[in-house]
Amino acid sequence: MKLVTAVIKPHKWEDVRAALETVGVTGMTVSEVSGYGRQKGHTEVYRGAEYDIALVPKIRLEIVVDDQDVDTVADAIVAAAQTGRIGDGKVWVSPVETVIRVRTGDRDELAI
Amino acid sequence: MTSLTDAAGFALPSLTPLASRIDAGDTAWLLAASALVLLMAPGLALFYGGMVRSKSVLNMIMMTFGALAAITVIWVLVGYSLAFGDDLGNGLLGDPWQHFGLQSLMSASADSWLSVPVILFAAFQGLFCVITGALVSGAIADRARFGAWIAFVSVWTVVVYAPVAHWVFDFDRQGHVGGWLANRVGLVDFAGGTAVEICSGASALALALVIGTRVGFGKDPMRPHNLTLVMLGAGLLWFGWFGFNAGSALKADHTAAVVFVTTLCAGAAGSLGWLATERLRDGHPTSLGAASGLVAGLVAITPSCSSLSPLGALVMGAAAGVICALAVGLKYTFGYDDSLDVVGVHLVGGLVGTFGIGLLATAAAPAGVDGLLYGGGVDQLGKQLLSGSVVFVYAFVVSGIIGLVVDRLIGLRIDEEHEVSGIDLVVHAETAYDLHATAGARTSGFLGHKD
Repeated sequence: MKLVTAVIKPHKWEDVRAALETVGVTGMTVSEVSGYGRQKGHTEVYRGAEYDIALVPKIRLEIVVDDQDVDTVADAIVAAAQTGRIGDGKVWVSPVETVIRVRTGDRDELAI
Repeated sequence: MTSLTDAAGFALPSLTPLASRIDAGDTAWLLAASALVLLMAPGLALFYGGMVRSKSVLNMIMMTFGALAAITVIWVLVGYSLAFGDDLGNGLLGDPWQHFGLQSLMSASADSWLSVPVILFAAFQGLFCVITGALVSGAIADRARFGAWIAFVSVWTVVVYAPVAHWVFDFDRQGHVGGWLANRVGLVDFAGGTAVEICSGASALALALVIGTRVGFGKDPMRPHNLTLVMLGAGLLWFGWFGFNAGSALKADHTAAVVFVTTLCAGAAGSLGWLATERLRDGHPTSLGAASGLVAGLVAITPSCSSLSPLGALVMGAAAGVICALAVGLKYTFGYDDSLDVVGVHLVGGLVGTFGIGLLATAAAPAGVDGLLYGGGVDQLGKQLLSGSVVFVYAFVVSGIIGLVVDRLIGLRIDEEHEVSGIDLVVHAETAYDLHATAGARTSGFLGHKD
């Protein structure tokens, strides 16, 4: 099992969700986060005082999947979230040891 | 005095000659106008509160509400008497005990010189003091001890505002000697460009210098945390300002109507002036700029609302919008942390309005004075310059002394650690916002109720 984590632009979130649905992903955890990468922040001006705002808002998705589904899911996210401009985000995959469904106590593949 | 009854047996008011001068229309308007001026306090609290960071919004709002409470008490006790009691000499100060507790204004026979009850006039004027004092708090956002602020503003009411109000607002009448600027100098200041705006701005500058800059001033971003509150607050201020300016006519008459219109004109033009300045300088017209500009325009029209034409008011408002938009940057040049720009907006806008009368006044307006640009010469301009300068110096020096004394006696400022973590929590044991649906999880348990 793998954990697929993606940090994407907020306005691409609906596209990514739709793309994941078509490849059979039925659930995920989504958070509103902020951060920065090569894109850096932006500038805001209040009564003439200019501020460099380092953090930009992003959406983070976390999805636990079977090993054989990892590439399909990761590729679907990349294809849907891509604009080709700086700041599109990242997708990374990490190993998962155990998953337990709280309602039933099912473990691992049964719990995904 | 005999009590009459009508056919149904109800008591009719005593028909005394003095009480009969009271005009129902004037009284109704001044009652409403006074309530409008009161509404400026919560309006200012939102205007200021939205401009600070979320960790100090409650303290910012509390400084206004605290000033409202403390000043009202002091005004009723001695403030009104100091400002509007019979002069003690040279037009400098009223007799503090003459109207102590407003007791002397309880009977209808006190209503001898206005077409409204004098006790209502006392309340209206008290609310002017409230808003002036509350304005000062914008200079010391995020870092002042609450008790020290209340102590400052209480002493300031007695020592700074009441004397200045006496100089500016207390006119001579039969059997009564008033203040020196209004009567001896011949200042034109309809609703308080000097007593309210220059006074609050100069006091704010002094207090900002005494308390020092915030941690991270000029370095860390100190963004307004809620501009929707700022916009709502600015709207409430404008609404209340109609009571402030048009109520200062003390009558529901032609003067009040002209003042109402000039107040409308200056706010609109001020907003446009600030936005245009921003658009040219920074590239964007901001919502904070729109709110700040309308306040700047209203500040400048406060002294001049009775002496300008509507066109003059448009010029005055626009000038204040542009000049104040440029003036708010001075604090970074000179290094004083006037956090919410009381100096840049109220002091500078007050000077623009007070001095501008000397240029833009027209005898066609209710005040009946011509300024320099209307062929009136430099006479009125000189009176305006003298009066504005005197109020600036007095308020700055005396407020600075009060600030230093309060700082020495009880300490004006909270610890640096608490300032960084947030003044709301340490001073008030509250936080303003809990926006999470699962907020209960933030608290680990109910500790019981204190009896």
